[in-house]
Amino acid sequence: MSLKVVIPTPLRKYTAGAETVEVQAATVKEVLDNLDSKYPGFRASVCDETGGLRRFINIYLDGEDVRFLENLATPVADGAEIAIVPAISGG
Amino acid sequence: MSFVKGLKCRECGREYPVKLLAGCEECFGPLEADYHYEAIAKKLTRDALSSRPRTIWKYRELLPLESEPKIGLATGGTPLIRAERLGRKLGIDNLYLKNDSVNCPTLSFKDRVTAVAVNKALEFKLEAVGCASTGNLANSVAANAAAAGLPSFILIPDNLEPSKVAATQIFGSRVIAVKGNYDAVNRLCSQIVDRYPWGFVNVNLRPFYAEGSKTIGYEVAEQLGWHAPDAIVIPMAGGAMISKIYKGLKELQRLGWISETERTRLYGAQAAGCNPIVDAVRRGTRDIRPVKPNTIAKSLAIGNPADGYYAASLISQSGGWAEDCTDDEIVAGIQLLAETEGIFTETAGGVTVAVAQKLVEQGRIQQKDLTVLAITGNGLKTLEALDLAPPQLIEPKLAAFEEVFGGAYHVA
Repeated sequence: MSLKVVIPTPLRKYTAGAETVEVQAATVKEVLDNLDSKYPGFRASVCDETGGLRRFINIYLDGEDVRFLENLATPVADGAEIAIVPAISGG
Repeated sequence: MSFVKGLKCRECGREYPVKLLAGCEECFGPLEADYHYEAIAKKLTRDALSSRPRTIWKYRELLPLESEPKIGLATGGTPLIRAERLGRKLGIDNLYLKNDSVNCPTLSFKDRVTAVAVNKALEFKLEAVGCASTGNLANSVAANAAAAGLPSFILIPDNLEPSKVAATQIFGSRVIAVKGNYDAVNRLCSQIVDRYPWGFVNVNLRPFYAEGSKTIGYEVAEQLGWHAPDAIVIPMAGGAMISKIYKGLKELQRLGWISETERTRLYGAQAAGCNPIVDAVRRGTRDIRPVKPNTIAKSLAIGNPADGYYAASLISQSGGWAEDCTDDEIVAGIQLLAETEGIFTETAGGVTVAVAQKLVEQGRIQQKDLTVLAITGNGLKTLEALDLAPPQLIEPKLAAFEEVFGGAYHVA
């Protein structure tokens, strides 16, 4: 299944500056796996040593935080949009 | 005049020069300004401070500006009020209120952070500033941007209180309501900042912005005669203020201005309808489970608090605690503060008062504790949250007045 991934500025060093990339994947985890094989080092920058998402990184599937879904195991449909967004403060 | 060493990642310790940056480029952790404290200690004394005007700029050596501030010159220096009547109600002998509901220019603690951020935007010569906001930040960015002559883009959730929206639009800001909650707005802002050369105060100006909150800690300590309180109750949205107040107090100890042995227990307050940090503290962890906010305390309605991890850590380390309260308790808290101390606070202040009451009931705050409540915003901004009966209507005749009030009161 093909879907679009929106890459934030700090991670574009892996994607040769590309703002969005297309990947084939069935789950969020596969999205990261596939990005990592395409762009070595990518996963380590969004996941910690245990393989979970880093504390200050959010991943959204069509606008919904995957933490509200099934985290990295969340299934992704054809044509979905994944956005990787660093956490920001506020108020 | 700057004593800033640079920016440092709070997670991995990586250092960066002073520049426009949202977070660590390696691990995405938040960046903090780091200072040459030894040089500050040599240059500045408590005595020298006492003759400076009472604003946040009193502590300018501990704020991350390179040059003299140009706007927000009257910000800070808000009253610390001894609250005997509220103290008697709550059962605290030594109760103080840090009253940021009268901060300048827009009546909330956010004036502290935006004063730093907008001056920094001027230093960086940015074309425009903006923010994602639950209301108070919107008001403050808009006002300070207007004063700085900078255009501003303010993005808000589509359910904000009308008075907070109006008090942003009036400054000529471009106000954009986004369908969704604050967390959705924040996500969009992060993507806007990725594309446009603007300074969003809580995104790429965040390392500077956040430093403004330290001044609450400085002011409270100085107003207490250079002492740290035993306990401080602080409302939490993104969780940044509580860790910055802590940083401020630690800096004062490092400079030798307050005793090393004084310890402040940090108490965090949230609404039950948006309590991810309270939930983490209760579970004995620092890991935040995001929630979907549903509370009248809209200024605290951040379901995925970026600094929640640090807030939960520091609360536990300090020996403090976090509590939440229902919407009814928030309104009761607003009323209690108004009726006992003559201070009209917004919903976030109601949360602080209601939670303080619970903390006393739970025995976490003791009667003798020198306790400070951070009252961070003004009640005129959240009138919608109140449900007051309309005033009694009478004919302009003494008889009509006496029919309503006659005999009910006597003048002593």
